Amino acid sequence: MEDKTLYTISIFTENHVGLLNQLSIIFTRRCLNIESCSASRCSLDGVHKITLTCYSDRRSLEKAIDQIEKRIDVIKAYLYTDDEVVYQEVALYKVSTTKLLEENNLEEIMRRHSARILDITANYTILEKTGHSDETEALFLELKRYDLSQFVRSGRVAITKSPVELVDAYLKEQEERRHRLTHDMI
Amino acid sequence: MSETITGSEAIVRGLIHEGVDRVFGYPGGAIIPLYDTLYDYTDQITHVLTRHEQGAIHAAQGYARASHRTGVVIVTSGPGATNIITGLSDAMIDSTPLVIIIGQVVSGLLGSDAFQETDVVGITQPISKWNLQIRRSEDIPAAIARAFYIANTGRPGPVVLDIAKDAQMGTLKWDRYHRCNFIRSYIPYPEVSDTELHIAASLINSSDRPMIISGQGVMIAGAEKELAMLAEKADIPVASTLMGLSTMPSDHPLYKGMVGMHGNIGPNYNTNRADLIIAVGMRFDDRVTGELSKYAPQAKILHIDIDKSEFDKNVKSYARVHGDAREVLHRLYGLVREAKHTDWLRSFDIINDVERRRVIDPELNGTDPDARCHMGEVARKVSIAAGIDPILVTDVGLNQMLSSRYFRYTAPRSIITTGGLGTMGFGLPAAIGAKMGAPNRTVCVFVGDGGIQMTMQELGTIMQYGVNVKIIVLNNDFLGNVRQWQLLFYDKRFSQTPMVNPDFVMIARAYGIEAEDVERRADLDGAIERMMATDGPYMLNVMVSDQDMVFPMTPGGCAVDHIMITPNEVYTPDMNEP
Ligand SMILES: Cc1cc2nc3c(=O)[nH]c(=O)nc-3n(C[C@H](O)[C@H](O)[C@H](O)COP(=O)(O)OP(=O)(O)OC[C@H]3O[C@@H](n4cnc5c(N)ncnc54)[C@H](O)[C@@H]3O)c2cc1C
Ligand SMILES: Cc1ncc(C[n+]2csc(CCOP(=O)(O)OP(=O)(O)O)c2C)c(N)n1
Repeated sequence: MEDKTLYTISIFTENHVGLLNQLSIIFTRRCLNIESCSASRCSLDGVHKITLTCYSDRRSLEKAIDQIEKRIDVIKAYLYTDDEVVYQEVALYKVSTTKLLEENNLEEIMRRHSARILDITANYTILEKTGHSDETEALFLELKRYDLSQFVRSGRVAITKSPVELVDAYLKEQEERRHRLTHDMI
Repeated sequence: MSETITGSEAIVRGLIHEGVDRVFGYPGGAIIPLYDTLYDYTDQITHVLTRHEQGAIHAAQGYARASHRTGVVIVTSGPGATNIITGLSDAMIDSTPLVIIIGQVVSGLLGSDAFQETDVVGITQPISKWNLQIRRSEDIPAAIARAFYIANTGRPGPVVLDIAKDAQMGTLKWDRYHRCNFIRSYIPYPEVSDTELHIAASLINSSDRPMIISGQGVMIAGAEKELAMLAEKADIPVASTLMGLSTMPSDHPLYKGMVGMHGNIGPNYNTNRADLIIAVGMRFDDRVTGELSKYAPQAKILHIDIDKSEFDKNVKSYARVHGDAREVLHRLYGLVREAKHTDWLRSFDIINDVERRRVIDPELNGTDPDARCHMGEVARKVSIAAGIDPILVTDVGLNQMLSSRYFRYTAPRSIITTGGLGTMGFGLPAAIGAKMGAPNRTVCVFVGDGGIQMTMQELGTIMQYGVNVKIIVLNNDFLGNVRQWQLLFYDKRFSQTPMVNPDFVMIARAYGIEAEDVERRADLDGAIERMMATDGPYMLNVMVSDQDMVFPMTPGGCAVDHIMITPNEVYTPDMNEP
């Protein structure tokens, strides 16, 4: 088996219907399993950012990235290892309030895990924790004792550490190209 | 100064602005509004009504490839849409520029399993270069402009527009048509890097045994002249892929044949002797490379392609030049030194001479007048009789391999075949489109008895439009190519490959197409002469031996220099004559 690493893939796209499908079939065809996915707008006007994580070897993912960038509505796609990005996930936990109170160490758990309470009622408490998956996982394991009835974790969101903003630079170049083109036409 | 027009009017005006004067299609409920508008434009747009939507899309492919223009297909929703899927997939893998306009149920019914609704955008996503569903009339002009821009720039490909019926019927304000020449997320023609060019040139200049493999990208770029100039200056032998055939004339002294499974021995054997392979506009298909781990072990690979996802996809390249083949070859010409590779070039001829003696001569020079013809012999004779710069269209199978091997190519863009998908049924409708795209050239389509029956209904289209195509059925009463594999690798167990066939000549005549049988060699020349002398479509049903096979052959999983020349002989250098 080749070495498998968890990679982060950042994809900047136009905000079109069906884009996620276009991307996911590229992974399916190559037997790559998407571990997590999140999508949102980003700092650039009209640009959508999709962040995926995937366990694989670099070469397979580089090929997938090439195929992703080939899609017309994809602006740019990048592959990162964990040390190149700052990333987070958010997890929510629903536990029994009675059980929590019985044990009486709620505050200590919250502090240790830097979690916070989102909602508390007589029968359930909802906790939130932001962090890396091993951290949200650790809290999950700990809370299992308290009649944990629901647990969800979001996809990873990531921001690059690099001092240059590649997509901005690309879009600027493209804007110049557009300018030249309209100019040439006149 | 804007006027109010319907969506379907906007579609037709868009087509006209894009230079379209011919479309291929088939009407139906969800596309009736567009057909209604087309009825007013018959003086500007000729609609070719095929007999099946698959026929329409293959015809559009043939048209696009013969003419360099974008093929246009119009079909209805549901079954109309699903009937084009094979051709769409074929056009995608063979980089053929098409714009396919598909009717869709009214937008209010989308997602409700309405009558003849199918998820066109979902189905076509992986097999189209771009697709879009249009639900509002006002979105039509920009979508048409984008579609044509995307389809026929960069690496060409098929684009699908799924247009809801109410968007066709609704209205929009029209002032003037804006052609698209920019999409910020799409760079069709990358700027060629000087550094990459210089590295490429120095590789070429320092190589002793260079070899060019010319692919369809050269044809798409229109770089045939630049290819020849570069090869001549640096004295480099040129081989081509199946899709790259005719990028160099067959009789050019530097042209050394086709690579791949059924290519020529010289270029295949020497692939594994070369020290530099210059791959231009080709994508190292597995039919070309054979076993990858044994491919070109001595060579550095210099890959020139417009699509960067092709680099290192199959074969790891040593250097690459990302860009349009025509520009790259032109600029390389200025950077490479004149050279001579006399011994290296001769080595191809020496090896190819073995093929000539052992494979080609027997294929071409049968003498028994009462025997059935060989496929290669028919192809060679037809190509010579077909006048100036004929176009070969093929179906799939032995007919494809033998006609493409033995046809003589004198001009660029002379072969239209289904390479990546290998779609049986492609040939006949593609020939219709090819003739319409290149009306001054003789179009000869070679097809097997199996393949012709997959789209034989298009004889009706040939009849209706009087399309002057020369149809040569190479009839072995077998699914011949599969039979060959069964014979070689499956112990002669001919499972489901023998075929009982109809009388093709009677069928052609029923469509008003002149036709004749050729049962024996002695009848071939006269039949070809009559076919070529006829000003109109003609079919020859040439009976060939079911024993005929295509050689040389590099079996799947073998190195490219493991070349069978008969069922039980593999090429070795001691077959060379000094
Ligand atoms: C029965 C059968 C047998 C076959 N046997 C053989 C065989 O023996 N030998 C063989 O070669 N093939 C064979 N094929 C065909 C094979 O499957 C592939 O279709 C073929 O090898 C592809 O050729 P290609 O790479 O040149 O063309 P394509 O697949 O069309 O690729 C074209 C390449 O050119 C690039 N390109 C496009 N435009 C430009 C441009 N403007 N500038 C630069 N680059 C550009 C594209 O990005 C792409 O990489 C066979 C097929 C069948 C059905
Ligand atoms: C649509 C489709 N179905 C099946 C095949 C598999 N196939 C490849 S070649 C071949 C045999 C073709 O037989 P025929 O058309 O008689 O031509 P021949 O090889 O005898 O020249 C078959 C079945 C295919 N390529 N396309």
